[in-house]
Amino acid sequence: MKTSIGEPIKRNEDPRLLTGKALFVDDVNITGMLHAAFLRSDYAHARIKGIDTSAARERPGVVAVYTAEDMGEDWAPGPSNVAPPPAEEIIFHSRTQVPLAKGKVRYVGEPIAIVVAESRYIAEDAVEDIFVDLEMLDVVADLEAALDPETILVHDDLDSNLAAHMFQGKGDYEAAKASADLVISRRIDFDRGAAAAMENRGVIAHWEEKAQHLTVWDTTQAPIPIRNGLAARHGLPENQVRVIAPFIGGGFGPKILLHYPEEIMIPWVSIQLCKPIKWIEDRRENFLATTQERQQIHEAEMILSKEGKILGVSHTFLHDTGAYDPYGLTIPLNTESHATGGYDVPNYHSEVKVVFTNKMITTPVRGAGRPQGIFLVERLLDIAAKELGMDPVEIRKLNFIPPEAFPYEREIIDQAFTPLILDSGNYQPVMDKAVETIGYHQFISEEQPRLRAEGKHIGIGIIPFVETTGVGPYEGARINVDPSGVINVATGVGTQGQGHFTSFAQIVAEQLGVDVSDVNLITGDSAEFHWGTGTFASRGAVVAANAIHASSKIVRDKVLKLASKILEAPEEELELEGGFVRVADIPRLSISLGDLALEANPLRGTVEPGMEPGLEATAYFGPQYGAAAFGVHAMIIEVDPETMMIDIKRYVVAEDCGRILNPLILEGQIHGGVAMGIGNAYYEQLIYDENAQLLNASLADYLVPTACEIPHIEIEHLETRSPLNPLGTKGVGEAGTIPVPALYAQAIENAFPDHDFEILEMPLSPNKLFEILYKKEVGR
Amino acid sequence: MKPPPFEYYNPQSLDEALSHLAEHGYDAKILAGGQSLVPMLNFRLAQPAILVDLNNITDLAYIQNGDSGGVQIGAMTRHAQVERDPIVADRAPLIHETMPMIATTQIRSRGTFGGSIAHADPSAELVAISVALEGKFRLRSQSGEREVPAADFFLGMFTTQLEPEEILVETSFPTKPARTGWAIKEIARRPHDFALVGVATVVSLHADDRIQNSRIVFLSVGDGPVVAEKAAETLRDQSPSPELLRAAAETAAVEDIDPSNDIHASAEFRRHLAKVLTRQALETAIERAKG
Repeated sequence: MKTSIGEPIKRNEDPRLLTGKALFVDDVNITGMLHAAFLRSDYAHARIKGIDTSAARERPGVVAVYTAEDMGEDWAPGPSNVAPPPAEEIIFHSRTQVPLAKGKVRYVGEPIAIVVAESRYIAEDAVEDIFVDLEMLDVVADLEAALDPETILVHDDLDSNLAAHMFQGKGDYEAAKASADLVISRRIDFDRGAAAAMENRGVIAHWEEKAQHLTVWDTTQAPIPIRNGLAARHGLPENQVRVIAPFIGGGFGPKILLHYPEEIMIPWVSIQLCKPIKWIEDRRENFLATTQERQQIHEAEMILSKEGKILGVSHTFLHDTGAYDPYGLTIPLNTESHATGGYDVPNYHSEVKVVFTNKMITTPVRGAGRPQGIFLVERLLDIAAKELGMDPVEIRKLNFIPPEAFPYEREIIDQAFTPLILDSGNYQPVMDKAVETIGYHQFISEEQPRLRAEGKHIGIGIIPFVETTGVGPYEGARINVDPSGVINVATGVGTQGQGHFTSFAQIVAEQLGVDVSDVNLITGDSAEFHWGTGTFASRGAVVAANAIHASSKIVRDKVLKLASKILEAPEEELELEGGFVRVADIPRLSISLGDLALEANPLRGTVEPGMEPGLEATAYFGPQYGAAAFGVHAMIIEVDPETMMIDIKRYVVAEDCGRILNPLILEGQIHGGVAMGIGNAYYEQLIYDENAQLLNASLADYLVPTACEIPHIEIEHLETRSPLNPLGTKGVGEAGTIPVPALYAQAIENAFPDHDFEILEMPLSPNKLFEILYKKEVGR
Repeated sequence: MKPPPFEYYNPQSLDEALSHLAEHGYDAKILAGGQSLVPMLNFRLAQPAILVDLNNITDLAYIQNGDSGGVQIGAMTRHAQVERDPIVADRAPLIHETMPMIATTQIRSRGTFGGSIAHADPSAELVAISVALEGKFRLRSQSGEREVPAADFFLGMFTTQLEPEEILVETSFPTKPARTGWAIKEIARRPHDFALVGVATVVSLHADDRIQNSRIVFLSVGDGPVVAEKAAETLRDQSPSPELLRAAAETAAVEDIDPSNDIHASAEFRRHLAKVLTRQALETAIERAKG
């Protein structure tokens, strides 16, 4: 069989994307379409005493204005996306986002009313005509103060601002602590950031009254669940609702939330008015009303033997869920899953309190709790290494899970609600590769002392990490051979730039012996394929890819069976290549796949019992549990001790994400992930004031790294295939992002060997470095 | 992020533009490159009733030799043109060195030299260097023309001497005296961001290398360009030494400026950067003055 998987094939979709020919939501225009704008709360917490929309309704060009009251019986909160995990003694209060605020507003940006007009311009003018009578309430802006009994409640019907409370553990941490030689305890702070996808969100809904059919174009990462949810909400059979997630300019997690207020309102309005309605989120709305992530405060502890062996990790932490908690405990579960990194840790204890605040909802953003967990364990390990006088690389080597210990049981529940098991891995060779590539030992022993003597502050960092990926429940794909010879593939996952049109095509191309460019992939259109959950948790290359692999194998079998009959040759003697099936030793005895597809769908005669027409198959894949990837990032960084400006001299990634489908696409994922991690570590922080007003809700003040800030990234690949799926793949979508904050902290500390400070908060900035370093009299 | 309604005029000549301004006064706003105004419109921070677009008045876009060795830059000249112009590079090297610091290539392709100055953003490099270079601005209205020194032009944040019916038509910069050096230093989070702090210096030396005269002008530390007069005074007629420059930088950072806190930097960090950058800028300027 000619290989296609693993080849560095250029992306099928790029010509369309680069020449502006790809369809994005905002490209959809329908005759008679109206435009929506939302009135959003300017305040984080206030009671709504009244809303006067009369002036807005009178403005020429305005078609309709709706408030929560105008929705009548149709007003209902959005569904819970993720139920509480099956942990013992868990407390969980589900409070989900509402389509339009009723009674009170709970965060700046919460929709209060929707205006529908002939143009977005008129709609925005009319939004300013609406008068809302608000009674200001105290604001829950501080994560720690939120749980103070004196603090006002975000949800009046609860006893406190506690959204959830959960314990997890392995072994007996307290007993182990009693016999530990070294206890390292620190407070660790992570603040909020945005996903800041290039394309903002957008929804277009078109209710066709006579067909009783709703079509929705949505920038969602989960088109099928959105379709199912809309059908349920409107009492329609699922086949009367079609959701299309076309090309999307970046997902990164926030576009997975099931039923943002706008995703409820735009279809609802379309049904009310029997008109197509368009809403395209602008950048300001994206900052205020698209989900965010990362704020946690940990009291963390690591216990070790004097030889540097980790005996246990414990952390008690607060997790900010914002005003609602539709996404359950996914983020803190991921934090817990990664708070022991890639290490053999016999004793573990965690306690998390999830807290309601008057801020935008948090849901997973690329990394999704993992960067916090890795930061915690790696920082504590760095501090322990210093205390013990050990080399940071050596202490890690001592603690890695050894290859013979896989599958390795953590004995805690992870985001898939199954016990966390790391399926496979071989960590030390990945570390060795990173150490070798960046020249760690030579840098430490020769270059750094020389540069230090020249007065330069240049540090090195090296951070390993695990990434749990590829969780279930399942994805599916339908593949058929078109009479033209093109292979049509339809899958329910959406695509946001990952290269699915190529990496998935490679799997099909290998099975069916066609060129990758002859595989026509359709993603995220419920009319084409309507089973699936979505693109999240680095699962496309694991779950969807294996479903595509399974269905292409069935189609291959059908091809061989029919060709064997037509060519009068045994199946074992047939080969598939160049779009033809041929008898191996007699090349002129062949038939094209297209002709074979015609033969499989005859106009006369009969399809024999047990056979199906066409060369088509649908198959599904659901993993037993997730696949765990591993990697190491290493960096050399210069810090100007006068200006606090940084300069990344080298950046190395050694990655083991199982079998590689396409190294170009894999490296692209890592490049993007590292860029996002660099943003998380040094540039991107959502800054709220004491009234929970976001102070940097624009791309002028919220700093997303650009090409200028991203270094050249050197990537090395290793392969430990997952035993849990036939392709042996593991996910890599979030890998690039996860270790970067820990790496920055370690490398910057290393640049100042004569100074005793610790970096225990993220994100950093020049101003924060100034505060940290100048208290230590650096550079004076 | 759509602007509220406005009327739009697209005059083909300066006289036509001036007549619109004379008619509409405070209701009108001039659109030059739009790199600041258009975002402000979209955020609805600016809601002018009338926009007067100068982009078709091509005779306001030029660079020419000024009288006795200086340079004159028409207000509608794009940043990119100034950046690449040999006359500017030769006669006003501080301007030449500054241009790449302004925003991004894309913004410099559209943004105008006069637009940046008339907008009077305290973070704008051109505002600070036009004061450091003792530039002059020609303002015209239907009733006549006047010339205002840069030092007098800027009144505060986004506020200048421009009257509603006036247009900034030309900027001019004098000949660089002999034995004069210049420098601009700034720190920005990303290269294209507004600087946390920036400082432009112009230093002239006596024949014996003592400092004859210096101008130190900051950006991003106040409501407009901030001239460090006390620091300049400590340098007058002194022989430049590392200690002298360090002390002058300290004076500038502590006494001449009063920066504020914002989300990107504390006042303390801004003072610190001002000190570092002033020392570096003076060193560079003095080196260049020596030739």
